[in-house]
Amino acid sequence: MSPRTKLVWICGVMGLMAGSFALAEAPHVPPDPPRHPMADMPYAKMAALMQMDDTARTGMVLFDQLEWRNTALGNAAVWDAQAWYGGDTNKIWLRTEGERVAGTTQNPRADLLWDHTFARWWSVQTGGRQDFGAGPARTWAAIGIQGLAPYWLATEATFYVGEQGRTAMRVKSEYNLLLTQRLILQPEGEANLYGKSDPARRLGSGLSDLELGLRLRYELRREFAPYIGVVWSRQFGETADRVRESGGNPGDMQFVAGVRAWL
Amino acid sequence: MSKLHLPSAALNRSRRRFVQGLAGGTLAVVGARHFALAAAADAAATADAAATDAGAVLSGTDFNLEIGALPVNFTGRPGIATAVNGRLPAPLLRWREGDAITLRVSNRLSAPTSIHWHGMIVPADMDGVPGVSFDGIAPGATYVYRFKVNQSGTYWYHSHSRFQEQTGLYGPIVIEPRRGERHHADREHVVLLSDWTDLDPEHIYRTLKRQSNYFNFGRRTVGDFLNDVRKQGWKTAVADRDMWGRMRMDPTDLADVSGYAYTYLLNGATPAGNWTGLFRRGEKVRLRIINGSSMTFFDIRIPGLELTVVAADGQDVEPVTVDEFRIGNAEVYDVIVEPKDDRAYTLFAQSIDRSGYARGTLAPQLGLQAEVPPLDPRPLLTMMDMGMGHDMAGMDMGSMKGKDADMSSMPSMDHGATDHGAMSMGDSMSAAPHPAPTEFGPNVDSVAERPQTRLDDPGVGLRNNGRRVLTYADLHTLGGPIDRRPAGRDIELHLTGHMERYVWSFNGRKFSDSEPLRFNYGERLRLVLVNDSMMNHPIHLHGMWGEVESEKGEFLVRKHTITVQPGQRLAYGVTADALGRWAYHCHLLYHMEAGMFREVHVEHRPRNDAKS
Repeated sequence: MSPRTKLVWICGVMGLMAGSFALAEAPHVPPDPPRHPMADMPYAKMAALMQMDDTARTGMVLFDQLEWRNTALGNAAVWDAQAWYGGDTNKIWLRTEGERVAGTTQNPRADLLWDHTFARWWSVQTGGRQDFGAGPARTWAAIGIQGLAPYWLATEATFYVGEQGRTAMRVKSEYNLLLTQRLILQPEGEANLYGKSDPARRLGSGLSDLELGLRLRYELRREFAPYIGVVWSRQFGETADRVRESGGNPGDMQFVAGVRAWL
Repeated sequence: MSKLHLPSAALNRSRRRFVQGLAGGTLAVVGARHFALAAAADAAATADAAATDAGAVLSGTDFNLEIGALPVNFTGRPGIATAVNGRLPAPLLRWREGDAITLRVSNRLSAPTSIHWHGMIVPADMDGVPGVSFDGIAPGATYVYRFKVNQSGTYWYHSHSRFQEQTGLYGPIVIEPRRGERHHADREHVVLLSDWTDLDPEHIYRTLKRQSNYFNFGRRTVGDFLNDVRKQGWKTAVADRDMWGRMRMDPTDLADVSGYAYTYLLNGATPAGNWTGLFRRGEKVRLRIINGSSMTFFDIRIPGLELTVVAADGQDVEPVTVDEFRIGNAEVYDVIVEPKDDRAYTLFAQSIDRSGYARGTLAPQLGLQAEVPPLDPRPLLTMMDMGMGHDMAGMDMGSMKGKDADMSSMPSMDHGATDHGAMSMGDSMSAAPHPAPTEFGPNVDSVAERPQTRLDDPGVGLRNNGRRVLTYADLHTLGGPIDRRPAGRDIELHLTGHMERYVWSFNGRKFSDSEPLRFNYGERLRLVLVNDSMMNHPIHLHGMWGEVESEKGEFLVRKHTITVQPGQRLAYGVTADALGRWAYHCHLLYHMEAGMFREVHVEHRPRNDAKS
């Protein structure tokens, strides 16, 4: 008799003696081997049977800004939107922004990027950018990073290389400050830099423009939040000169009203 | 701080109806008597209870279960649930220990389905996990489950296919012990908690992937900051924000899905529906409490009554009397209460994030109710939950990050599990965590540097709340472990995730990137779980019991689902006596979907092949 069997016996006898509170411990009975064992199978097949797949792709369309602005040149409609589709590590990312003012579309552009997460808070983005609108179209190759900087600053920095030795850079960051669970103040900043001037598109070299915005939104639902805000935008250097030449003001404080929406 | 901030009174009214659900409605009325059972000893009473609602309780050895769609209305908004025999929860199955039973499960849905018998020790092909145990049950098909019942106690069953558990496919199992109940009770009720949503679970999951804090309406605001400045001073409040901000972690991240989406149910009844279980003054009433929810931890108490916990996960324990206990998804506790007065008592189960509650009533007759307590204040996670130790001074532990850190130079930890005398594996056991190299990838947002065993910690929101709260350290399964051999080896797994991206994993590897864990048939091993994330994870190993050890390596409690708290390190013994392929996963439904799932193979292998 093994020590273990002995122990079971002792426990059993003691249990019977001690009465109802100490009934013999029901022994654990291991299960029989499966009659129809399942063979190993590749993940894809298993995922299909389970209807559970952690590689499944998902997507999102976000209009971060869809707004009206009162600019020095009159009313303007401004958009800043992005869409992505993909898995946890690799996504296709589309960004677009632009401004419609006084019957013309200014600086509209679109980035089409491959987004690959490479660090805890960051992904690298590579792809291309196309500038449309007034002046000759410009095409750029893009490489950048996007992620969450310390203190929850959603940040993107993208470097562009275009034709004829053009280079450009865009940096953007935003933060959400909760006044209540639904009333959210969003400071945001964006800067564009160019390696050389592009007179045909009225852009100077160096820091070309800077925009600082403060938007107060109310999330009726997370997906739908009307907002109001102020935006201070300023052109610099040659870009500012061009604005002055055409009778504009390179620094402008604008009121904005719009909606942030996603699906 | 208002968690349910809404702009108008009208919205508040509709919100109240949503949270509390409808008082009427077929299901709610049925719920009132659904599981009112007399103790097994009282056969006549059992018959009476069953007669009031035929089909709510099925007993015997031969069962026909039909899975189909069921129109429901819990909130004023019609929805479609997944139900068994047209019931939500599914019928209570009453088995007897020693019986061989047959369950014919037919699929009347348009999608594949399955049933897993949670906590039952059954052959691998009867375990009900599609892709692991069997092929699943195709629409229109029937699968016959056959197994012998070699255990007793309270268990439950649920779908293991897609999100059917979220849409209502769960039901209780009660197994009568062959030799009678160890703990006498005059009467018993099953209490099955769940989280109903009018939203499509597919939508919930997609939403979490897009904005993981979507359902969190308890985040810290500017007002909270000003309050903290007033209470703690500017320096402390700023240091606190600075720390969380640098980590990019949210101390309010208690539940991924909240009362914003959920109406919490008790035996299928909304809080307004008020499920009622009857008693006679002076009776001992056994409550078999099951958390059948998809994403919700509940904190349960019955103001005015002490709860004597007599079983955990179906296994009898040394009775321990408490005022309150936390129940993770899929966990089961049997408690005995003795109402001394002829009055109603409220069974109150608040969600861990205090965004809602399930509620029922124990009363001497139907129609009575007692006061419903207010929700507790919403707690915040602490540095301890981050696995950073007790104090802020512990922040300078950066030197421990290195894999080669000299453990002997580690500051002695007050709860450190350094004394594992029984360990034979040389370097494999120490209080220090051994994060897997795969954890340092992009899909893990934190690694606990000083995890603690803390089995006597009731957990966030329950610490020092003035009530006696159950902890794992209080649980002692009667009869000792099923296997007294020391563990031959340790397998350490870290519970990892990235809240922002909503990715969950073991050791930083999602299921799709992982290899099966291989257990050698017959071996006794120790699973060491270190929770690197900020959430509680109820971890469920199919087919085999987990025997939780104290910090000194002594046997504490046998469980099928083991909650690992944030920043906690917990070890349990497993005897690999179940041949076949098994599932091992977090029982938070969307964590499992997002990758917190592993396959376990128990196979014959020469012992000297063993490696961890």
